This record gives sequence, C-alpha cells and structure tokens, in this order.
Amino acid sequence: MNNIKKNRLLDQVFKFWGIACTFLGLILLTIFIGSIFVDGIQRIDWDFITSLPSRKAERAGIFTALMGSVWILVLTTIIALPVGIAAAIYLEEYAKESKMASLLEVNISNLAGVPSIIYGLLGLEVFVRILEMGASILAGSFTLALLILPIVIVSTRESIKAVPKSIRDASYALGASKWQTISQQLLPASFGGILTGIILALSRAVGETAPLIVIGALAYVPFAPASPLDEFSVLPIQIFNWISRPQHGFEVNAAAAIIILLLITFVMNGIAVYFRNRWQSKLK
Amino acid sequence: MKEKKDTIDKSLKRKHKLQAKEVKVFYDDFKAIKGIDMNIRANKITAFIGPSGCGKSTFLRLFNRMNDYVDGFRMEGEILIDGENIYKKKVNVEQLRKQVGMVFQKPNPFPKSIYENVAYGLKIQGIKDKNYLRDKVEDSLKQVGLWSEVENDLNKSALALSGGQQQRLCIARTLAVEPSIILMDEPTSALDPISTAKIEELIYELKEKYTIVIVTHNMQQAGRLSDYTAFFYMGELIEYDKSKKLFTNPEKQQTENYITGRFG
Repeated sequence: MNNIKKNRLLDQVFKFWGIACTFLGLILLTIFIGSIFVDGIQRIDWDFITSLPSRKAERAGIFTALMGSVWILVLTTIIALPVGIAAAIYLEEYAKESKMASLLEVNISNLAGVPSIIYGLLGLEVFVRILEMGASILAGSFTLALLILPIVIVSTRESIKAVPKSIRDASYALGASKWQTISQQLLPASFGGILTGIILALSRAVGETAPLIVIGALAYVPFAPASPLDEFSVLPIQIFNWISRPQHGFEVNAAAAIIILLLITFVMNGIAVYFRNRWQSKLK
Repeated sequence: MKEKKDTIDKSLKRKHKLQAKEVKVFYDDFKAIKGIDMNIRANKITAFIGPSGCGKSTFLRLFNRMNDYVDGFRMEGEILIDGENIYKKKVNVEQLRKQVGMVFQKPNPFPKSIYENVAYGLKIQGIKDKNYLRDKVEDSLKQVGLWSEVENDLNKSALALSGGQQQRLCIARTLAVEPSIILMDEPTSALDPISTAKIEELIYELKEKYTIVIVTHNMQQAGRLSDYTAFFYMGELIEYDKSKKLFTNPEKQQTENYITGRFG
C-alpha cells in the first residue's frame, strides 16, 4: 500500500518536472521572440524589404540580403537534393551489408557533427580557390550543400526505412526489379518524409552565417545578385553586420531583419509539417 | 526407347511442376531446412502445415527466391520448376517471379489506387497500352470476385478496402501477371471467417489454371482445400501425402500428434 502511494507521488513529481522543463524552453523562446518583435516590428514595411543597403539606418533595407538568401536556398537545393537522395538510396538499398557501407555510415554521422565553420574553410579552399568560383553565390551554395548533405542523407534513409517491408515484398514478388521497386514504390511512399527532412535541412542552411563569412560573402553588397557567379550577402550576415554597428537605428533594423528570417524558417517548417501530415494520412 | 523415355520425362515434368532436391537452407549458422526432397504436382493445391518455426514458410519462399533478400541466407540443393533449376546463375529472377506469384500473410496492397495496384505488375513489364491494361485489370478483379464491389471506385485508394477485399485485391494483382504457380503464405490468417470462406472458395476455383502451394496453420483449411498436404517439423519434411490420407490415417506418429492437436 505504502509502495503504491510512493509510486504515485513519484509519478506526479516527474510529471510536473517534465511540464516545467517543457515550458522552460518555450518561455525563453517566447521572451526572445517577444523582445525582438517589440524592437523591430514597427520598422518592417514594404520599403524595408525592397530597399538596398544604405549608410543611413532609416533608409537601409534588406533587399540584397534577401535576394542573396533566396539564390542560396534555391541553388543549395538543386545541388544537395539529387546527391543526397541518391546517396541515401545507395546506402539503404544497395550497399546494406558491405564493410564499405558501414564505414561510409559512420563518416556521414560524423560529418553531421562537424562545425559549420570547418565546412566554410573547405568551401574556401575547394570552391573559391581551386575551382575558381570566387566568393560567389555558387561557391556559397556548394558549401552549404555539403553542410546539409549529411542531414539530407540521414533523413532520407530514415524515410525509406520506414516504408513497410511488406510493400517491398509485394513489389519484388510481382517481378519488379530493384530500381522499379525503389522508384515506383519506395520513393513515392517516403516522399513526405524525404521532403520534410530536406526542408528542415534547408531551414538550417538559410540561417548559416559562419561558413559564408569564411568563403568571403560580403556584408555590404550594393546591388541584388543577378547570376550565380555574383557576389552576395545573406540575411544572417546582414543582421550580424547591423548589430555590430554603434548607431541605435541599425539595431532596430537588425531586429526587423531577424523577424523576416524567423518568418522564413517558420514558414519552411510549417510546410514541412504540412507535407508530413498529408503523406501520413495518405499512407493510412 | 530413348524417345519413350523422353516422353515419360516430359509427362513427369508436367505432373511435377515444382521439385526440391536435397534442399538445405541456412541462416548464418542456423539450419532452417535440413535436407528436403519433394515433388509438387501441377494444378493441385498443396498445403504446407507444421508448427511455427518449422521451416514451411522458408521452404515456400524458395520457389520464387524471396529468401534472397534475407541476411545470412544460404542454400544447398536444387529447386526445379518445370525441370529447370531456378537457382542457376543465369536465371532471371524478375522473370521467374512473373511465373511464380505470391500472396502474403497480411494483405499488403500498395498505397495507391485499386487500379494501380492491379496494373503495377504489368506496367513494370513495360506495358503501356491503356485499353489492354484496363481489360486486364477488369479481368483480374472479376476472377477474384471483386469487380462488382469496386468497379466504380477503381481510382480510390486500395487502403480504404476491408481486409478481405484487400487480400482478394492482392490475389488479383498476382493473377494479372499471369503466373502459372501461386504461392500463398497463410493468406487468410489475418481475416475474419466470412472473408476466409470467400478466399478459400477462390483458391479452390484457381487450381484449374494454377498450381497452388499454400502455407496454413489452420488444419481444417488444409483438410478442406488441399489435394496434398506436407507436414514439416524442425526443418524436415515428416510426411507428405494426399490430404485425405494424411488427415485420416497418417503414417507417422508425429503427424498424428500434430493434426490431433497434441502439440504445436
């Protein structure tokens, strides 16, 4: 009897401890976002989004940085997507048992943990210097693609793994080849999960600063980039630059730019959640 | 003289659709099948019975090489279909599986439409003719008695069907590829009695055109449905005979113990 009471008490204690822990993170995040909003929301208007950078805080806008971020996002997707998915398919479906595969697996997991600035150094040497891309959008995109590749590979593998074995069995039993089974059953069935992983990886990429600074992305670019070989800035670098200035006006600008950046990542995560739910309900 | 021998061989081949010769199967160090010789007749229903883990499913999956994907699988001996060893190097496994269809324990329709499920096996062969596909889908669904139930819902998800309907869909999907042999791995164990009765009736009709091998845990099912029954125990084929004989007057004590429910 005594024991049961003790267990119940423990149960309750742990429950409240869990609630407190959950809310700790949420509350801190709310405070942070709240204060940013208070600082920056009145600065956001159409002009702020469409204006070029300026020495005067009240005239400066995020247009070039925003366009830089969009360019980077699109090119990074184009580069990382086919490579990451193909690598995941190879590891999951073709190379399952070999020693080489387990070696690759360990390495990919390790790569996911490498600090992003190291990727910046790699990008600087390989893309900017050896391949002579310069401090261009292309070099930045390749660097970020490398950075998110491990995440794309791991999440794609998980999604493919989650397709029930019975689907593979059915496909093989009807005389499908491996590639037919992959392309017509496994990929469509795991599409939602793969997409979710990719969007989450990209929303990480859009917030990366360090590797892009290392490869030579600029804080001040007078015009929006027009081709992949142009110089560029991105939102996080713009924010970083503004915050380091002494004038109060730029602090407000930084807060406003942070709101835009948060908005972009929230929207991307929202899309990821939407697709996940949609494909889950489709599979049921 | 030689000619005569050839014709005898040929008729034997026709009678013995599937043959196993000294088949042994290993999963790493575990010996799952310990040397089985067996001939399975064409256009008959042959049931495999035996307690869980006796190797009957493993043995069944040898005939369409579905064990090939299992980690640590290794096989000795020969499996012949129409006299051809299907484990020879140059055998095209995809081609083999078009000839040897399989229905699984749990209904496993693809998360696609009913139409796509049935057409899949043909589409992967490169058949694109819409009219042909449509006819084939209709034909296959009619064979399993599902057509009248789904003819207006062909584009709906197969996952919306009931368990019994799903299993008949899976059989239709198999028939669409026009195999000559159908392997069934406990096809009714996940279904209610009414669906089970429907599937059994269907299987019985199918034996006219197909050679059917069915693994089952249900003694009554094996008794009512099959022409021949094989009793497996611990990776060995204990007894194999006409079902009537095996269920009424088994030769071996182990078989009798099993079918009367004294163990297993």
